[in-house]
Amino acid sequence: MTVASNATTIAMRGASRGTGTVLIAALLLAVAIAAPFVLYPVFLMKVLCFALFACAFNLLIGFAGLLSFGHAAFFGGAAYIAAHTVKVWGWAPEFGLLAATAVAGAMGLVFGLIAIRRQGIYFAMITLALSQMIFFLALQLPFTHGEDGIQGVPRGTLFGLFDLNQPLTMYYTVLAIFLGGFALIWRTVHSPFGQVLKAIRENEPRAVSLGYRTDRYKLVAFVLSASLAGLAGGTKAIVFQLASLTDVTWQMSGEVVLMTLLGGMGTLLGPVVGAGLVVTLESYLAATSLPVPVVIGCIFVVCVLVFRRGIVGELLHRLPKRGH
Amino acid sequence: MFSLLGVPPQVLFGQLLLGLINGSFYALLSLGLAVIFGMLNVINFAHGALYMVGAFVAWLLLTYLGLGYWWALVLAPLAVGLLGIALEKSMLSRLYKLDHLYGLLLTFGLALILEGAFRHQYGVSGQPYPIPAALQGGQNLGFMFLPNYRAWVVVASLTICFGTWFAIERTKLGAYLRAATENPTLVQAFGINVPVMVSLTYGFGVALAGLAGVLAAPIYQVSPLMGTNLIIIVFAVVVIGGMGSILGAIVTGLGLGLLEGLTKVFYPEASNIVVFVVMAIVLLIKPAGLFGRER
Repeated sequence: MTVASNATTIAMRGASRGTGTVLIAALLLAVAIAAPFVLYPVFLMKVLCFALFACAFNLLIGFAGLLSFGHAAFFGGAAYIAAHTVKVWGWAPEFGLLAATAVAGAMGLVFGLIAIRRQGIYFAMITLALSQMIFFLALQLPFTHGEDGIQGVPRGTLFGLFDLNQPLTMYYTVLAIFLGGFALIWRTVHSPFGQVLKAIRENEPRAVSLGYRTDRYKLVAFVLSASLAGLAGGTKAIVFQLASLTDVTWQMSGEVVLMTLLGGMGTLLGPVVGAGLVVTLESYLAATSLPVPVVIGCIFVVCVLVFRRGIVGELLHRLPKRGH
Repeated sequence: MFSLLGVPPQVLFGQLLLGLINGSFYALLSLGLAVIFGMLNVINFAHGALYMVGAFVAWLLLTYLGLGYWWALVLAPLAVGLLGIALEKSMLSRLYKLDHLYGLLLTFGLALILEGAFRHQYGVSGQPYPIPAALQGGQNLGFMFLPNYRAWVVVASLTICFGTWFAIERTKLGAYLRAATENPTLVQAFGINVPVMVSLTYGFGVALAGLAGVLAAPIYQVSPLMGTNLIIIVFAVVVIGGMGSILGAIVTGLGLGLLEGLTKVFYPEASNIVVFVVMAIVLLIKPAGLFGRER
């Protein structure tokens, strides 16, 4: 069994449920629009940033079968780029985000070209090692300001029209960015390109024998995933007005794996649910004396041992099967 | 005072020795990883955490029971090995039929738990561990001062590495192990208890990590964070060497340690990342790794 293969077939069945899906989507959208009037916008924005990050990660693990253990490099690296361009170079936030996304994509291209030369477990180790290199660079390069990070990043005015210092304006901007990223992932997964990715995940030699240049497909998926992770990281830097070492550590790479695993690998909504849960749990734990890594580690172990479908995967699995 | 390539020899050889010591730890850890991967097809992310546990067991033995270094050298690997066997029996053994990535994820979770628990209990600052009395002092070699303990670490880890190589490549037990790596079903059919062998292999692999932890305790401070940063470098070492050969793991580990030491002398800014750069270059030229086979 490949990772999450079951979950995806189920998810695809779920996606073909037509009207039900549209209703659920409309409901979720309404919740997302109304949410800042009930919960803290900053908390919600954090959830959305991590949700986009997890969705980008899930594109690789859930739909192409590639476990990247180094996605923090794109997330955190892009955060530094956004913070630097906006704060030091005085760019408008939209250009800062574009630069962050582009740099993350370029990093993804380089990482991808190197890591795709090996498969499976080696792929995970190589991406982890490369991202650790980015961590050391972030620690040593002058523009990242080492342990301090880049602080006091101005939120600025989006397109010269929307003042992002208003919490609600910022929130709806982040929501729009998230929805844009999510839609792109949805479109990718349901395109012929996405089908080829799934074929590669299920049986790569067979995809090769059918004439697909699988390395190219994997590379494009990797660059796309890295760019979206970068977009999420850049957005986080603008929202929290901070880019720091935390976002480039291997723990962050592990965290996004956990969000995806907990929510359901290979399901579209799983990473969103997982991100919401993990962010909520962490802000809850921060107020207690429980050590966060131990709790996170325990959830990891339990998920791997007995809950491999994740929450959304498990829900979809239990729904009665209706006609295709 | 003469100088070598513009660097005083004390500095050059001092860093080379430190590189050799780091290299010995890379070799010991990547050897354990390779043995475990060969048998279980699991990349043991918890390897670094168990190395840290080894060092902590030594420190706890000294602090609370008054048992010194030589006791720790025996008891700590034993404790870590037993812990490893318990983890393998209770958790890892449930995952063998699944994708190998789940093994990595499980051991990642275990690493977080171990590291987080020790960090919660003992904080991030390191605990000093004294060098045993018999190995204090050092030799003046003329061109550099060689501390006895550091010489001991290099000799001890090389002996263990080559002992392991000999046990696996040249003894009957090793032959069973290699056979079970190739085809566990067939070996089981010959009446060898493969599940027990798998548990013992995992126990042995992590015991090596525990031993490395004890050896490291007097050189570096005993700290909860000592393992994970190391394990990522060891992953890169494993990718560079390829996990096909045991000798390859040893040679690559030592070589990269030395290279890191040299980088510290000539271009210190890059010393943190030189191993990763080498990894990228090796992957571009020879994707299977220096000693690896494609599979």
